Amino acid sequence: MKPSVQEIKEIRLAHGGGGTLSQRLLHELIIPVLGNPLLNTLDDSVLLPDPGSRLAFTTDSFVVQPLFFPGGDIGRLAVCGTVNDLAMAGAVPKYISLGMILEEGFPVADLKTVIGSVRAAAEEAGVLVVAGDTKVVEKGKADGIFINTAGIGMVPANKTVSASLAAPGDAVLVSGSLGRHGMAVLSSREGLGIRTAISSDVAPLNHLVFSLMESCEGVHSLRDATRGGLAAVLNEIAVSSGVGIELDERSIPVGEDVQAACDLLGFDPLYVANEGVFAVVMDQREADHAVQILKGFEYGRNAARIGRVSKESPGRVTLRTNLGTCRIIDPLSGEQLPRIC
Amino acid sequence: MCLAVPMKVVEIHGDTGVVETGGVRQDAGFQLLEGVKNGDYVIVHAGFAIQRLDEAEALETLALFKGLEKAS
Amino acid sequence: MSYSLQIEDSPPLAAGSFKAQEAFRQPAAAQALSQAILKEAQGRPMVFMEVCGTHTMSIARYGLASLLPENIRLISGPGCPVCVTPNSFIDRAVALARQPDTVIATFGDMMKVPGSSSSLDREHARGRDIRVVTSTLEALKLAVKSPGKQVIFLGVGFETTAPTVAVSLIEVKKSGIDNYSVLCGHKRMPPPMEALSSGEMRIDGYLCPGHVSAVIGPEAYRFIPDRFGIGCVVSGFEPLDILQSILMLVRQVRSGRFSVEVEYTRAVKPGGNEKALQILSAAFETCDSEWRGLGEIAGSGFKIRETLAGHDAGNRFPVFVEPPREAAGCLCGKVLKGLLEPTECGHFGKSCTPDFPVGPCMVSTEGTCAAYYKYHLT
Repeated sequence: MKPSVQEIKEIRLAHGGGGTLSQRLLHELIIPVLGNPLLNTLDDSVLLPDPGSRLAFTTDSFVVQPLFFPGGDIGRLAVCGTVNDLAMAGAVPKYISLGMILEEGFPVADLKTVIGSVRAAAEEAGVLVVAGDTKVVEKGKADGIFINTAGIGMVPANKTVSASLAAPGDAVLVSGSLGRHGMAVLSSREGLGIRTAISSDVAPLNHLVFSLMESCEGVHSLRDATRGGLAAVLNEIAVSSGVGIELDERSIPVGEDVQAACDLLGFDPLYVANEGVFAVVMDQREADHAVQILKGFEYGRNAARIGRVSKESPGRVTLRTNLGTCRIIDPLSGEQLPRIC
Repeated sequence: MCLAVPMKVVEIHGDTGVVETGGVRQDAGFQLLEGVKNGDYVIVHAGFAIQRLDEAEALETLALFKGLEKAS
Repeated sequence: MSYSLQIEDSPPLAAGSFKAQEAFRQPAAAQALSQAILKEAQGRPMVFMEVCGTHTMSIARYGLASLLPENIRLISGPGCPVCVTPNSFIDRAVALARQPDTVIATFGDMMKVPGSSSSLDREHARGRDIRVVTSTLEALKLAVKSPGKQVIFLGVGFETTAPTVAVSLIEVKKSGIDNYSVLCGHKRMPPPMEALSSGEMRIDGYLCPGHVSAVIGPEAYRFIPDRFGIGCVVSGFEPLDILQSILMLVRQVRSGRFSVEVEYTRAVKPGGNEKALQILSAAFETCDSEWRGLGEIAGSGFKIRETLAGHDAGNRFPVFVEPPREAAGCLCGKVLKGLLEPTECGHFGKSCTPDFPVGPCMVSTEGTCAAYYKYHLT
């Protein structure tokens, strides 16, 4: 009797070859977990229903190391990253594709865990995986697994958000506390000797965004603060809209353990990656109401109003420190590295 | 040139151990200090305790600052 | 006896605890110190030099310069070990990284420093095995886990860091670990202060490095007020520490009586840390050393003792090292001596930025030029 995929412990080149082993991978590992009427057609292309509205479309690739980190894994990251990119455009995420490049020798058990995380995250976000692809490359040509996704969402007719729509007088909000993903991943790396209970904040944010957009008028810009941290996205908004952004350090939520880990390594939380936090720039009249809406969600429990938009110093982000002095928050050049000086 | 942070000694295993601040733990070497005990506060640089934190002096310094704050 | 800190509405905190450190950043006290400095300086021009990159960073991060009156000028000296590490050190590290079966273990600070034609970051991108570690203990673990490889640790830093490297050298000699060695680039802090005090720049006082002093003791600076009539205050790194230290320097200048005072009493003791100094001298001896921008300063460096020669990567692995080349027009030397502001260098902000640094002052996050660029201290 031929061994089923379940009995094979490691991915082989043939699993990506399109032959029987490929089919077994699809039918025994992927379809049972991710299957739905659209995916199950298994046509070369899936035909989607007429959307009846504008579409948002995004793509992303995920190469995170380590693959499994406190609070999540590459599978959850892939779904949430794509869902959030759609949500930040004001879209309701509906469909995603899942392209995987596996390294020969990758443990099947790990693949099952990743696929399981994809399913759980997709269910939580309310999206369907409707298309996919699997390839296998020789040992050494991939770091275990690389994932590429594309996502489609529907954009309601009456709302437009963009990084270019921030206006002087607007309030700046953040949906949660900073730095958890970056520090969770870093603390699990070797060579740094640090141990924390910090868990990645990786989460689908579309339900928060939907609620925010339904309940509040005047939301101008939304951006999830991923690589480069909050500093990166606020700088993008400042430049795109030609406005200045002034932050108040005392209002910016950072957990004690994240701050302590940053202090030990010489990092600034404003530049650390998040995977479950977004910035909002909106008309200030409903800003406090917006904070309350966000706080109604688990992922928004630390939401806070952190600054304002001005017409001074366009393109620039400044911070009023705890001491009352002012400093400029430039976007980061390159990544932060642990330092002793 | 000396990023160093006050941390509390929470584990000792001979010459090395674990220090903690703000809920974060780090492996540390105690080879550079005599008589390190659990519960001591030490200044940690590059993974080693380089000096004890003198808590009495810390409080005196803070009292000085508090006095300035009040006088202003 | 309990050493706890009472902050309103909270349970008492240990003075060393994470939350208690906030008390060293109290805004009202910072304002009070700022007012006191303004009042006591009485408009008299004063130039104070800080010689520790961590001070440079703290001053920039908290915007402390804006709390000082115009007549007080704070300049940055050669206190950033990355900035003063000569090209030749990086070039040798790069050459070693290119050897087969070699792992370079380094603090993150060194990764982006440009050498004559490459950097560790670039070599890593080319596939060389270069790992960032936060302590020599981690580097030792690497050596034990990789018996087929030579682990070479890049030893940079002053007297705060050198003892930690000394521990690793003594440890490998004791336990017979053969595949760990150190490329030594450690330097001593008081000697460049001596060179600067007799140099072109007028300096009224030094903010002395708090953690170097925790090791070497405040007596190490006594020759500065004695021989040069320049004041010294050993300062901690929190904003209130730095402001208080500046106030103490202002008072020294006003009174005309110069001495070494300690603000950072919670970490700096007379005599420093004797055990650390013993361990330091068990592994290292002093030697002449080249400082980027300052040239050679007698007795200003450390080298690994003969008894540990087997773990001295500088001698153990003969490699071809390219002749060192400084970038044309790089004025890091003058910036490091406090003679030039970063903005007065033609490269600054144009051909020399944190993304594409020409010289070390821009590479190191605490280098004067990088701090200026990041925090726009213009």
